[in-house]
Amino acid sequence: MNSPHAATAESVAVLGAQTVSKAFGGVQALRGASLVLGAGEVHGLVGENGAGKSTLIKVLGGRIAPDSGTVLLDGQPVRLSGPADSTRRGIGTVFQELTLLPWMSVAENLLIGREPRFPLGLIRRGALAGEAEAVLAGLGIHHIDPRALAAEVSLAERQIIEIARVIIRKPRILLLDEPTSSLVEREVEWLFARIRELRSQGTSIVFTSHRWNEITSIADRITIFRNGKEVGTYTAIDETEAITLMTGRRVEAMYPPLPSVPANAPPALAVSDASLGGAATFGFSLAAGEILGIGGLAGQGHRELFTGLFGAPPLKRGTIRVDGKPIRIARPSDAIRAGLGIALVPEDRKGEGLLLPLPVRDNLTLPILGRISTFGVIRGGEEARMSREMISRLKIRTPSAAQPVGTLSGGNQQKVLVGRWLLAESRILLLYDVTRGVDVATKHEICELIARLAQEGKAILFYSSDTEELAHLCHRVLVLRGGRVAAELTPPALTAEAIVSAAIRDADAA
Amino acid sequence: MPMPRDPADLPKHGRRRPRAAHIVGQNIGLILAVTILFLSIVIFAGMFLVQQDRLPGSFEITSTVNNTMPLALAAIGQTIVVLTRGIDLSVGGVIDLTNALAAIFLPGSVLHMIIVSILIIVAGGLAGLVNGLIVGLGRLQPIVVTLATLSIFQGLAIRVLPQPGGSVPTGYTEFLVNTSGPTALLFLGLAALGWMVLRRSRLGVDLFAVGNDEPAAIALGVRAMRTKILAYTIGGMLYAVAGLFLAANATGGDATTGDDYTLTSIVAVVLGGVNLFGGRGSAVGAICGAFITTMIVNILFFAHINPLYQSFYEGLFLVIAVVFGGLIGRLVRRGS
Repeated sequence: MNSPHAATAESVAVLGAQTVSKAFGGVQALRGASLVLGAGEVHGLVGENGAGKSTLIKVLGGRIAPDSGTVLLDGQPVRLSGPADSTRRGIGTVFQELTLLPWMSVAENLLIGREPRFPLGLIRRGALAGEAEAVLAGLGIHHIDPRALAAEVSLAERQIIEIARVIIRKPRILLLDEPTSSLVEREVEWLFARIRELRSQGTSIVFTSHRWNEITSIADRITIFRNGKEVGTYTAIDETEAITLMTGRRVEAMYPPLPSVPANAPPALAVSDASLGGAATFGFSLAAGEILGIGGLAGQGHRELFTGLFGAPPLKRGTIRVDGKPIRIARPSDAIRAGLGIALVPEDRKGEGLLLPLPVRDNLTLPILGRISTFGVIRGGEEARMSREMISRLKIRTPSAAQPVGTLSGGNQQKVLVGRWLLAESRILLLYDVTRGVDVATKHEICELIARLAQEGKAILFYSSDTEELAHLCHRVLVLRGGRVAAELTPPALTAEAIVSAAIRDADAA
Repeated sequence: MPMPRDPADLPKHGRRRPRAAHIVGQNIGLILAVTILFLSIVIFAGMFLVQQDRLPGSFEITSTVNNTMPLALAAIGQTIVVLTRGIDLSVGGVIDLTNALAAIFLPGSVLHMIIVSILIIVAGGLAGLVNGLIVGLGRLQPIVVTLATLSIFQGLAIRVLPQPGGSVPTGYTEFLVNTSGPTALLFLGLAALGWMVLRRSRLGVDLFAVGNDEPAAIALGVRAMRTKILAYTIGGMLYAVAGLFLAANATGGDATTGDDYTLTSIVAVVLGGVNLFGGRGSAVGAICGAFITTMIVNILFFAHINPLYQSFYEGLFLVIAVVFGGLIGRLVRRGS
């Protein structure tokens, strides 16, 4: 059952937003949104990208001022003058964009503003690492070196440091904006243990995630956002219902049926003796029309494999065959000529491969400018026609082809990347985590697009940090561990559980 | 106190790099600067020995230190600005101006000289404040702002002292740049101490934070605009001190003698391992960079290079130092 919840009746509101609106340029991010956070509850906030969740969290975290509406703290209207003001009032926020300072150590980042000091107030730099070590250990974190620079640790570790930095300031109210998007299962468990601990101590928590199972397993109440406003708050609601409310329409099965791979399809891409740095090697082959998944824990070299096949930079070792012929890929132009295209979501979502300030059109046609130019001058009409067609074919949501690509949502930016390689007539697509941080509806569209491309005969190498997606969208999944293929899974053995168990088997001993 | 492990602890995995590897990796710019300085001193001493049949003595050391003081101070100021991901081209103009002011107003009693010195440092700070306010409040690019103020300060300096002249009392010169021994090193020691204090203060953390990632720093509660304004102001005060040292060294004033310091301070900062993209570096490195610059000039002199070609060789050396420094830095980072 899913009845709107009467919040005020049973819990005291510690933090609230009342009809808050905020516009960025011409885009209305929040349209009179309201939220009531009860004392000691975990409040799940869900909605598509662009629904306004992050904007609301930025308002509550004091990072942006609303155009209109009120923020209520303990029932009293407050005007938050900045992040420092929020922190002082006991609101701790983990923003979606990480705020670690890359060239400062983990310890400096963790303890910024509350460093160990000498009596006269000068920072005891020598004591930073030791204190950070103790603080991290107190939170059950033993694997992060406090002396390393923030730029040197993995994205998941940076996310954990970011969370730890907020938690150790003992906030009364904790706002977590997509804290799990770069975490693997075990790290999510760690986070949930911390959240439960804080809740039992009376901390009120707002938590956003695109992973529905996370929301249902941790949230006491769920508020659904759509188009910059809340749709409703629920204590129990099933996924289909929630997705319908989030999207405003009914999404049928998340994953499309997979087209079958022709039995005698020749391998479009074959890799042998490949190494991702260590001594171990591996190989695989990918047929035309096949979607081959690559799974495994973060940090097992997936990214290096994808960038390596694209020559950016090339693989340390290994033979690459395209259509049976060995080729050398030393730089991206070699890969493009051989018919490879890559869509890679950068770990920090800052547009690897896209020129963010440039229009969608220019981003689409970049690799084929030679083909649509006469004596070096681009034929504008043809460029416009091609980009228009691609925009409609991939359902890229953009006001026009002239829109700067950086203003599109993450999912639509991914579509632009895929579209670029379709225009370049790539036959082999390397899709790296293209659905990460993308909302449900767009994710559904991207999954359908991938299945359709396979049906058209594209060979697709696919990595996703979402194991469910790997299990459902791939014909075959290779699980990488320690630089080799730890398992090759095909249906019916291809399940999310099987991928996870193959990925973490002996992982602790390694 | 050992913390109890609970099931939700994250597993320990991976080997940690030893502490020394972190120290080397994170201070590679400074280590390279010290190494290059050491090498250039050895080369210079060797050439001196061959040509003069003795090692450089007190006189050579003293004149080297005294000649380097203005650059070292300017480079520290430039470092503080560069750390915030800025750059200050007005260095030359501020030195011109303060140098001219010193030559005109310094002569007088001891108390008078102290007061005038302080006022000149305040004037430098005001010049820096102007830069900082325009860069910070106007959200303009530092390179454009300080290029403009460079010309303005140069113009003011010419207005103050149209022809080279004025004078600096001998006592003042002897206090700052004693010719009988490298006592000016004491002032550098003070500057280095000041740097270490700054590094351990709230402002120091803020300077690095803003240069690392300004939006992130703001999200962490750092007052970025205030930090930048302070950086340019402190920079201006240090350039003023450089102008005082320059006047003391020359025992007179010249409204154009500071012009070179705009570029040489950037050279010293680069040689000192300070990252021009902000957020990484040390004033100690910049001091080394300043001394390297002086040593190169000394070496060129003893190599009997035609002074007309001096800047050619300086440039050549800078390119080599930067290319090799970059390579070694990358190797160290990969190796560790």
